Amino acid sequence: MLSDPVVLLDGVRRSFGRAVGLSDLSLSVPSGTVTVLLGPNGAGKTTAVRMITGALSPDAGTVRVFGLDPGTDGTRVRIRCGVVSAKPALYDRLNGRDNLRYAAELFGLGPSAPIDDAAVRFGIDHALDLKVGGYSTGMKTRLALARAVLHDPELLLLDEPTSGLDPESALAVLRMIDELAAGGKTVVMCTHLLLEAEGLADQVVILESGRALLSGPPAELIRRYWPHPTVIIDAEDRVGLDLVHDLPGVVEYHRNGTAARVALDDLARVPDIIGALTANGVRLTRVAPHEPSLEELYFAVRRESGAVIEDRGVR
Amino acid sequence: MRLRSRVWVVARTDLRQLWQSPDFWIPMLILATLFFVVAPAGLLWLVTHVQSTSVVAKISNTIDVLPSSTKHAVRGLGPQAKAAYALSVFLFAPLAVIVPMTISTAVGANIIVGEKERGTGEFLAHSPASEREIYIGKLIASLVPGYLTTVVGFLIYALVVNLIAGPKLGGWFFPTGDWWLLMFWVVPPFLALTLSVVLRLSARVRSAAAAQQASGLVTLPLIILSYGQSSGAVFGSVRAAFVLGAVSWIAALIGLHRGARAVTRERLLGAESAA
Repeated sequence: MLSDPVVLLDGVRRSFGRAVGLSDLSLSVPSGTVTVLLGPNGAGKTTAVRMITGALSPDAGTVRVFGLDPGTDGTRVRIRCGVVSAKPALYDRLNGRDNLRYAAELFGLGPSAPIDDAAVRFGIDHALDLKVGGYSTGMKTRLALARAVLHDPELLLLDEPTSGLDPESALAVLRMIDELAAGGKTVVMCTHLLLEAEGLADQVVILESGRALLSGPPAELIRRYWPHPTVIIDAEDRVGLDLVHDLPGVVEYHRNGTAARVALDDLARVPDIIGALTANGVRLTRVAPHEPSLEELYFAVRRESGAVIEDRGVR
Repeated sequence: MRLRSRVWVVARTDLRQLWQSPDFWIPMLILATLFFVVAPAGLLWLVTHVQSTSVVAKISNTIDVLPSSTKHAVRGLGPQAKAAYALSVFLFAPLAVIVPMTISTAVGANIIVGEKERGTGEFLAHSPASEREIYIGKLIASLVPGYLTTVVGFLIYALVVNLIAGPKLGGWFFPTGDWWLLMFWVVPPFLALTLSVVLRLSARVRSAAAAQQASGLVTLPLIILSYGQSSGAVFGSVRAAFVLGAVSWIAALIGLHRGARAVTRERLLGAESAA
């Protein structure tokens, strides 16, 4: 890593009574990247975000943000962070403009705060003078995003920003996050929706019970888990398809219904496999290369950790 | 950014929210109107217009137990005038304490736990405002509605009693010196002391309903004490009222200093013991 990480958590532990929030969590977020914290509810994603801003202090371990300790330099850290929490945390009795103004004043922006610009950027300018209590969930999320970027923070912490949104609004929000990342912001995003992380994350951290099961760039992690090329083969005759299991070059075979995922030692084996199957009378309906998704990685990692997960089969 | 600036931002935003909630301030306005206008005006009108009743005589006799300075002020006046003076200057003095305490307790009980309940505490916890700035801002926002209502109510009350009882007492007689002392030296620290307890409760409990109940129980003794003390401030000597105010200020400052520790980011998040 050329530059110092923006966020560094080292062996961070935090409990709430008997419940463990974080258990020896270590995390490094490089500048200008999107890090996605993945995990089920209660995995420690929100607690991690709260540690980063210093809203919560660790029982043990070290937290550094911009090289500062949020526990002692909280104001200096928080003024450089923009946070969108799982609930939008907006003041329903105030209108959108007053909500943004409140944030602008707390962050010391003064009367020239770009309130209207931020609202236009997130498509909420038309509702600025309406009370937030009357906003839809999507409008609230947009306003919360506008509020988070109002002071042009270097680090954005987004805790399930698409929670409760319809698919179109969620997509729009993800595009906005992508734009912010493209603009050089460092982003830490929590989600349990794997499709959100796909294509957005420079780094994923899979959390469970307050600890990181795995972290790294998605492509690298997928290569680590599936080092062999993989193809998906569909056939009309599901039993005949099982012949693949014993063919040369097949490293791994997993069938679900009429589709099989086949890992090979070399992609050049594919014509031989097709030839062997057709010679045995198996009628193939699809042969396609397969790139494992983040979702498959997530379930593979969690399965390996001992989590009880329903088999999702071949996709 | 200077501490004062963020304090004011927090206080102003809370006050703006209260202002935009008629469901909160209309009942408070009604309460203040009842205590400062309707009840005094009704009683004074009765006392000054009902002819020679034993009740008027009894009220006027209360002057006999008051300090000599008071007796001197009403010397030579008839029973109706004496009764009007007793009611105006002494009977309603505790209202100057009860009204602000009721309003400020209602605001203060909800002001921190409300952030927790609505989830907006998360925004404050991640903001650059320090815990002390948030606490002082919330304190000001709790104190202002009650005290402002009381000061305005006091001025209207002065107008009402002077208009109704003034003609019987030979002109405008209210506020007396004791009342000025009560309003601007004794009431503010009583209010601050009560709020130091209420805000601490608001930070610690998990729901606004619990905060209201707990505040009611905890502040009741304070209100009773304040009731007695405020009467004493007016009944007693100026010097006694001055000392009472000074002691209250010291107690309030200690209470506020200790109460400031109750507001923490963890409590704003509602994360003291929950994952």
